[in-house]
Amino acid sequence: MWAISAINLKKTYGKEATVAVDDISFEVAKGELFGLIGPDGAGKTSIFRMLTTLLLPDGGNATVLGLDVVTDYKTIRKKVGYMPGKFSLYPDLTVLENLNFFATVFGTTVDENYDLIRDIYVQLEPFKDRRAGKLSGGMKQKLALCCALIHKPDVLFLDEPTTGVDPVSRKEFWQMLKRLKDQGITILVSTPYMDEASMCDRIALIQEGKILSINTPQAITAAFPSPIYAVKANNMFGLIQALQQQKEVSACYTFGEFAHVIYKEFPLSEIDMKNYLNENNLELQFYSSIEATIEDCFIRFLK
Amino acid sequence: MRTVRFLLEKEFKQIFRNKSILAMILVMPFMQLIIMPLAANYEVKNINLSVVDNDHSEYSHQMVNKVIASGYFRLVQTAQTFNQAMPKIESDQADLILEIPANFERNLIKEGNQKVFVAVNAINGVKAGLGASYLSSILRDYNEQVLMQWVQGSKIPITPNISITYSNWFNPSLNYRFFMVPGILAILVTMVAGFLSALNIVKEKEVGTIEQINVTPIKKYHFILGKLIPFWVLGNVVFTIGLLVSYFIYGIVPVGQLWVMYAFLFAYLPAILGFGLLVSTFCETQQQAMFIMFFFMMVFILLGGLFTSIESMPNWAQVVSRFNPVSYLIRVMRMVVLKGSGISDILPQIGVMAIFAIVLNTLAMFNYKKTS
Repeated sequence: MWAISAINLKKTYGKEATVAVDDISFEVAKGELFGLIGPDGAGKTSIFRMLTTLLLPDGGNATVLGLDVVTDYKTIRKKVGYMPGKFSLYPDLTVLENLNFFATVFGTTVDENYDLIRDIYVQLEPFKDRRAGKLSGGMKQKLALCCALIHKPDVLFLDEPTTGVDPVSRKEFWQMLKRLKDQGITILVSTPYMDEASMCDRIALIQEGKILSINTPQAITAAFPSPIYAVKANNMFGLIQALQQQKEVSACYTFGEFAHVIYKEFPLSEIDMKNYLNENNLELQFYSSIEATIEDCFIRFLK
Repeated sequence: MRTVRFLLEKEFKQIFRNKSILAMILVMPFMQLIIMPLAANYEVKNINLSVVDNDHSEYSHQMVNKVIASGYFRLVQTAQTFNQAMPKIESDQADLILEIPANFERNLIKEGNQKVFVAVNAINGVKAGLGASYLSSILRDYNEQVLMQWVQGSKIPITPNISITYSNWFNPSLNYRFFMVPGILAILVTMVAGFLSALNIVKEKEVGTIEQINVTPIKKYHFILGKLIPFWVLGNVVFTIGLLVSYFIYGIVPVGQLWVMYAFLFAYLPAILGFGLLVSTFCETQQQAMFIMFFFMMVFILLGGLFTSIESMPNWAQVVSRFNPVSYLIRVMRMVVLKGSGISDILPQIGVMAIFAIVLNTLAMFNYKKTS
């Protein structure tokens, strides 16, 4: 039995029937850390809201722990933890009060499941009497995760948990997720950051309500069909313009301080590239074959 | 029930941490009850009078003096001609012009009657109407006085005279505040309870906390109860503060028993709170909720019988006021405070409020959806 399964899930909004989720099907195994990767507006939050029984699907069906999201919503609510993308704890209650409140509404206590949140909570402990609204972004996310975990859910839904959080806190956050996974909790997480995708067991790339690809991050990057190189020159804008004129190049785009070049079939040698750039009054500073990242795959799927 | 207890605990913590709500609850009753009854007064005083005396006789002077001595009028001008007085009305400096014709005294004595002319600035309808009627009653009085002087000694009464003696029940001294203060207190309790409850669920929507609540197994009626009870308590607190203020400042001691009022409030507050919660479930932002509540509050207050009596409203308005919870509270407050009505007298009103409470809260509960 799958922990989460969605079959032809569909959601449209408004009179113009804007399609937010378009016939999406995927399964998440028990104990899996599954990532929904996609840009803003891809439909990630709508999928989360349907799976957590907050939104009724317009078509298809979905089950969580074998329970239907429409008919068995009451049972699902007891067994899942949900952390919405927007911070949604009581800002005027303290850290401890929020935690106690959510423990009690699930009919449990903080002590009962303390071992589950211990790792995260120790970092929050010094601030336990601070109002939740006054915490820093990273601390807020940790508190929200604690509150979503406090009733020992079987499935954890995390909607963009690292959006707006600094890189160090993001890294810590993903380590926490790994530890939770080791305790057997199924985790569905969404993120717009492609670099976080490699932390997941499997990922689904989503764009405009459609799934582009589902696989392990390694399989997705390994399946990248064309040679890909990182290039650096003294003038990025000129470089991109020059590369776009090159007939062997199928695509090129900036990627941090480098430009990623995807060739149609045969890559240019370093000498050829250097000469080509010289013709365009550019100076080659770096040129190397690379492994495709998730982002490269994503960009390729979008074409 | 355990869940409700924790919801209540959370709700009270939030209320006590919100300084502005606390200030509203504690300061508003004081301010409103101290200021409003002093300012909002039906009695029209300081009516600005302009006199055009074309006679300059003893009688005309006597008459003008009598008018001024009444205390309601303030002489702003004695003009030579009516046209001279008119600009005063046009510039809003005078409310009334009293014109006394030439040969007023002579004609009055000779012919036994004489006419005076009163021009009224009717922009402020209440002031104009009351001013004109005050003036005419003073003039009538004066007329009688003149008659009495003439018929002294004569045994034949010139006009049959019915004199009226009043006895004002329930408010013997016709103290205006005894009438206003309970009404204002009623409005106050309604405002606090209505607005607080209307803004509350919407606030959870705005902040996003409702999202987190919705995925928990909390039952709808638990949630609604958790919102209802704290504001019910606050409503009672405001009411009690208001009663204390009206006792210490205006010396108003309810003739009836206190518990009768609280008994009514017991049913009234859930009705108002239910209405607030219903509005709350319809709105997405606090701004929307605020405007909708404001609209209804205006109707409730204006058709509630605080300033104008419901009995003198047109039929349709009387029907509307039957669906206006505020009108019931104002009526009950006055019944108990001024008349000393007992619980059996207000049972029908309590019954109506109970129906209101059940209907509105049920609607609010059904309209609060945990799934969209």
